[in-house]
Amino acid sequence: MSTEEKKNAEGFGTTGHVWDEDLEEWNNPLPRWWVWTFYATIAWGLIYTIAYPAWPLVERATGGFLGYSSRAEVAEQIGAVAERNAGITERLANVELAALADDSELQTFAVNAGAAVFRTHCSQCHGAGAAGVAASGYPNLLDNAWLWGGSIDEIAYTVRHGIRNEQSLDSHWSEMTAFDEILSDEEIAQVVNYVLAISGQEHDAPLAEPGETVYLDNCAACHGDAGEGIRDFGAPALNDAIWLYGGSAETIEETVRYSRFGVMPAWAEEFRGAAGLSDAEINAVAAYVHQLGGGE
Amino acid sequence: MSDDSSNPSLYAAREPVFPRRVSGRFRTLKWWIMGITLGIYYLTPWLRWDRGPNLPDQAVLVDLAGRRFYFFWIEIWPHEFYFVAGLLIMAGLGLFLFTSALGRVWCGYTCPQTVWTDLFILTERWIEGDRNARVKLWNAPMSLRKLRLRLTKFAVWALIGLATGGAWVFYFADAPTLARDLVTLSAHPVAYSSIAILTGTTILFGGIAREQVCIYMCPWPRIQAAMMDPDTITVAYREWRGEPRGKGKREREVPADAQAAGPQIGGRVPHIPLPGMPSGVGGPVSRTSDLGDCIDCNACVNVCPMGIDIRDGQQLACITCALCIDACDDVMEKIGKPKGLIGYLALTDEMAERDGAEPRPIWRHVLRPRTILYTALWSLVGIGLVVALFVRTDIDVNVAPIRNPQFVTLADGTIRNAYDVRLRNKHGEDRPFRISVKGDLALRVSLEGTVYDSVTVPANETLLQRVYVEAPRASDPAAMERTGFRFWIEDLANGERVWNDSVFHGRDE
Repeated sequence: MSTEEKKNAEGFGTTGHVWDEDLEEWNNPLPRWWVWTFYATIAWGLIYTIAYPAWPLVERATGGFLGYSSRAEVAEQIGAVAERNAGITERLANVELAALADDSELQTFAVNAGAAVFRTHCSQCHGAGAAGVAASGYPNLLDNAWLWGGSIDEIAYTVRHGIRNEQSLDSHWSEMTAFDEILSDEEIAQVVNYVLAISGQEHDAPLAEPGETVYLDNCAACHGDAGEGIRDFGAPALNDAIWLYGGSAETIEETVRYSRFGVMPAWAEEFRGAAGLSDAEINAVAAYVHQLGGGE
Repeated sequence: MSDDSSNPSLYAAREPVFPRRVSGRFRTLKWWIMGITLGIYYLTPWLRWDRGPNLPDQAVLVDLAGRRFYFFWIEIWPHEFYFVAGLLIMAGLGLFLFTSALGRVWCGYTCPQTVWTDLFILTERWIEGDRNARVKLWNAPMSLRKLRLRLTKFAVWALIGLATGGAWVFYFADAPTLARDLVTLSAHPVAYSSIAILTGTTILFGGIAREQVCIYMCPWPRIQAAMMDPDTITVAYREWRGEPRGKGKREREVPADAQAAGPQIGGRVPHIPLPGMPSGVGGPVSRTSDLGDCIDCNACVNVCPMGIDIRDGQQLACITCALCIDACDDVMEKIGKPKGLIGYLALTDEMAERDGAEPRPIWRHVLRPRTILYTALWSLVGIGLVVALFVRTDIDVNVAPIRNPQFVTLADGTIRNAYDVRLRNKHGEDRPFRISVKGDLALRVSLEGTVYDSVTVPANETLLQRVYVEAPRASDPAAMERTGFRFWIEDLANGERVWNDSVFHGRDE
């Protein structure tokens, strides 16, 4: 420590700085350990930026000699979780889906894993809340109406093979006829009003009455005599409150004239390669969808 | 800055402090407080508390993995963290209260830094001797004896640090189990590293840094100024009585040990002298006649763990540990002067005493609008917490309406809303809960995954249950935008019921 401290009038040391001729600054020295701690933090900071990725260069930042990467750490953690879950994942892949609910541990695992699968692969069309997109042909998975079946096994089949696609030969397939050139405008107006009638909506009764004949001749084969729908053909029920493309007279007429052709990809790995879903993932997402409120 | 020789160093080495042993009523009080606080700290994790099956039997346990805090009969879940926040607010207000009434009484008596430093100084004194011996040892060149004493001291300090860090981890796991695991080297690495870090910091702060922590690290000395006012009772030197200080003709009466002044330390922190007070420490004084009661024996300086001179007046480095009071009273008694040359007093009294008036009674200082306000606020928070503690139900329910989508139309036109209901079972056994709704008669309730109207929540866990509420197509709730209703959740084991209000969304026609 310097012994050269100047003393001011009161006998205190000053820093030696003088402003405006006589304005001096008292020296109240910091502890030396404090400044060494400060130097140590600088050294620590420098070492840290050498040890870890830090200095930005043109292409990318310096890698750091410890070789640390947050991306690799995440991958490692995901791998560790997958390894920890290997046993239960194996069980899920081979489970008899109908009996899944009896195994509460596996059921919980499946629903949570399925929620992740759903958010990643399904929510783009069916929505994050699984409510589909109203009147756009993306079905609501929360209600109790199913085009191709709502049991957990049937859901898993639909996920695996998809609907009306070229990838899986076993995908659900059916094609509604476009009646634009088959039926006259009058017949179309009649059958539209008949469908409005059986679904309990406002309709033109005189038109709907002859519409029943048109319906039975042209539509009942797929949609059922009472409009209850037939799942073998993925033909939706017409006598309920749920509409895939909308239930107004205009939309129904559009459907009758030009038909609809909704598709869904086949999600299984066998059809999509590495981008597809494993057996366990398919079972998981089926279990998730099944417990959303509409499962049969 | 061109002439280096004229520039003093802006950094100073720590000047070692060798507090002398002292006895007296404040020292005795501090021994008691040290014993009690250290006892609480070291023994609390070993207290047992029977909570029934499936729950830990440790009286105080912070179960981080299980997200629970157990405190005797109280069990705090993460969503009840406001209890901890409330306790922290009370601690803050309590600190304000005590500081405004009694100055830095927290710093001087109960702060862990003070208590542990006291303990480290005590062991240092046992091993290396009292002040004079320690000063001598400090100045002596390294020898076998010095090495032996230093090593012994650090070994004992290491044991204290180990016990401190070791006790800490017991608050976070079952103490007997963890103790066995620690000894058999099968405990989790986090336990060992926590102990190692806390052992190191305990030795560093209590043994080596000591007063440096209070002066340079702790924020409280900076905040205290806002809490204190002229009525605050604090440790002070009755300068009007003591000055001018000097040994004078009373020199013979002064006991030898009181004169063991040693090097003058402290006073490095510049201070502004009170008006009428000689500047500088121990400056030349007249030894002829009118000497004050202070015989300048430096006893108050020698016992000070902060290495300061209380006669310089109130200063940032003073933690008001009151040891200088004990030391000075001792000397005053020996030279036949009234005690209290250094004592607890308020600035307002200092002024009065200077004019020959009597000091006001202590309660006049303690009972002031300011302290009453702090007490009132403190009590208000405390009463609020106690009330919250007693009115909280054993059933705890959260209802989160699912808003994506707001409602679902079923095939027959029924409108269905879904709710995520989180049920907490705070009991040690599984409990069935029945869920029902009250409100519009048309509303019906059903539970996902079961055909029953009740669900069993495992012991000491929460359960997330999706609950459906349905309104038929033609009913009012199905047609209206919003219909308020109430969930009733009943604990079927004891009939306790709680409710939770929510809203049903309809078609909004």
